[in-house]
Amino acid sequence: MTMTEPKAKETLFEPVFNNNPIALQVLGICSALAVTTKMQTALVMAIAVTVVVAFSSASVSLIRHYIPSSIRIIAQMTIIASLVIVVDQFLRAFLFDVSKQLSVFVGLIITNCIVMGRTEGYALKHDPKMSFLDGIGNGLGYSLILIVVAFFRELLGSGKLFGQTVLATTTQSGLYVPNGLMLLAPSAFFLIGLFIWALRTWKPEQVEEA
Amino acid sequence: MKRESIGQTFKVAFGLCAVCSIIVSSAAVLLRGKQNEKKELDKQKNILIAAGLYDENAKAVRFDETLHKDVKIADMFSQDASSERPWIETKIINLKTGEEIDSQVEQQIKERFPKGYDQRKASRIAKEEWSEPVDSATDVARIKRRENYSYVYLVHGAQGKLEQVILPIRGYGLWSTLWGFIALDANLTTIRGITYYEHGETPGLGGEVDNPDWKASWNRKQAFDPQGDVKIHLIKGRVRPGSDDAKYEIDGLSGATMTSNGVTRMLRYWLGPDGFGPYLNRLKNRSTKK
Repeated sequence: MTMTEPKAKETLFEPVFNNNPIALQVLGICSALAVTTKMQTALVMAIAVTVVVAFSSASVSLIRHYIPSSIRIIAQMTIIASLVIVVDQFLRAFLFDVSKQLSVFVGLIITNCIVMGRTEGYALKHDPKMSFLDGIGNGLGYSLILIVVAFFRELLGSGKLFGQTVLATTTQSGLYVPNGLMLLAPSAFFLIGLFIWALRTWKPEQVEEA
Repeated sequence: MKRESIGQTFKVAFGLCAVCSIIVSSAAVLLRGKQNEKKELDKQKNILIAAGLYDENAKAVRFDETLHKDVKIADMFSQDASSERPWIETKIINLKTGEEIDSQVEQQIKERFPKGYDQRKASRIAKEEWSEPVDSATDVARIKRRENYSYVYLVHGAQGKLEQVILPIRGYGLWSTLWGFIALDANLTTIRGITYYEHGETPGLGGEVDNPDWKASWNRKQAFDPQGDVKIHLIKGRVRPGSDDAKYEIDGLSGATMTSNGVTRMLRYWLGPDGFGPYLNRLKNRSTKK
C-alpha cells in the first residue's frame, strides 16, 4: 500500500454531494425517470438499489483475488443478478402492492450502471468493508436524487406526498391545478438538470472544463 | 494454480454459480408461502374492484356510497348475518354445461386440491377430467387449454338480491397472459367493471389496462347485442360518445394494438359459447322462469 486507506466516513459520504452517481458520474438515470412519480415507489426503489449496490460490491470484493480476468464481467453480473432476484422476491412477499407498481423496474436494477460501475470501479480494488460502505454511499447519492425528484413530481403533479393530499386539486374541490408535465418522464430529466445546476453552483469544482 | 488458468476459470465459474443458485432458490422457496398469501389477497381485492366495491385511492372497501375501513377484504366474501352489507358468494361451475358442480366433482376437487380449487393449475393438467385443449380456430384468446371448472363470484346486495356476476377471464396480449375479472350487472349484459390483477405488458403502453380512468370507462357498456352475440370491443382511438355503437366500444390503448386486440379477443372467448356462455344462458333462463 503506497497510499493511506481512505477513511470510512469519506467513502460513505463523498458520493452524496461531491461525487453523486447521477449528478456527477451521470449513471443510472433511466430508473430515475420511471419510478419517481410517487414518493413511495421512489423510496422503495432507492432502498432496493442501495441494498443491491452495497452487497454486490462487498461480494465482488470478497472474491476479487480469485476471479480470472476473462470472466470478470460475467462474474459480477451473476452476483448482481442473484441479489436483484432476491430483493425482488422479498418485495413480492412483503410489499406486494409496491412491487406491482415497480413492476419491471426492480428487475432492471440489474442493468443500472451504478451497480456495475461500482463493482468494476471500486470493489475489485478495495477490501469488502470499504466496498460495502462505498456501495451504501453511492446508494445514498442515488436515493437523494430519487427522493428530491419524486418530491417535486408527486407534489406538483398530483398535489400529494406519500399518497396524502397536500394541495387539494380542482377535481377534489380545491384550488390547485395539477401540472400534468410532472407526471410524464421528461419532467424527471428537467428536475435532474436543475439539480445538477444547483449542485454545481454550490460546488463549482464539479463543473467540467468546456 | 495461477489466476488466469483454465482450471481456475472453471472452478470460480462453477463455484460462483453454485453459491448464487443456492441463495436465489432458497429465497424463492422460503418466501413462496408469503407471496402466495399476498397474491390471493390481491386477487380478492381485484374482484372487489371489478364490482366497484373497493376504492383504490382510499384503500378501503366501499359500498352504499361510503368507505368502510373496518371491513376487511376477506370479510366481503362471507355473508354478515347481522348487517345488510353486500357480500360475494364464490361458486364453481362446469363451463361446458353451465351448471354448478355436483358433490362428486366437489369431492374430486377436494382430493386433488386440498388447499382449494386452483383454476390456473387445473388448466395445465393435461387430463380430460380437469381440462381440455382448445383448438386453434376457437382459441382466439390463445389460452391453449381450458379448465373444465371455473370460479364465478356472485355479488349479493340487500335482501340477498343478486346484483352482479363476476367472471374470471384471461387471454394473451403482446408479451404475456393477462389475468383479470369482468363484472356483469344482474341483467347479464351491462358491464359494471373490469380489472386485471396480473399481466406482463409494457408499462405505459399495454400496461395502461391498469389505468383507473380506462377501467372506469367500462361501466354501463353493453357486452352483448340484442341477438346475444358478444359485441363489446376495443376500437382504434377514442370512442365518440354520441355514435350508435358507443355502448359496445371501449377506447383503444394508445401504442398497444396487440394488447388491445388481446382484450377484445379474450372477452369474445370468455363471454361466448366456449367460455361462460352456457352459464350465463342458464342464469338467464332461471331468472325468466320465476
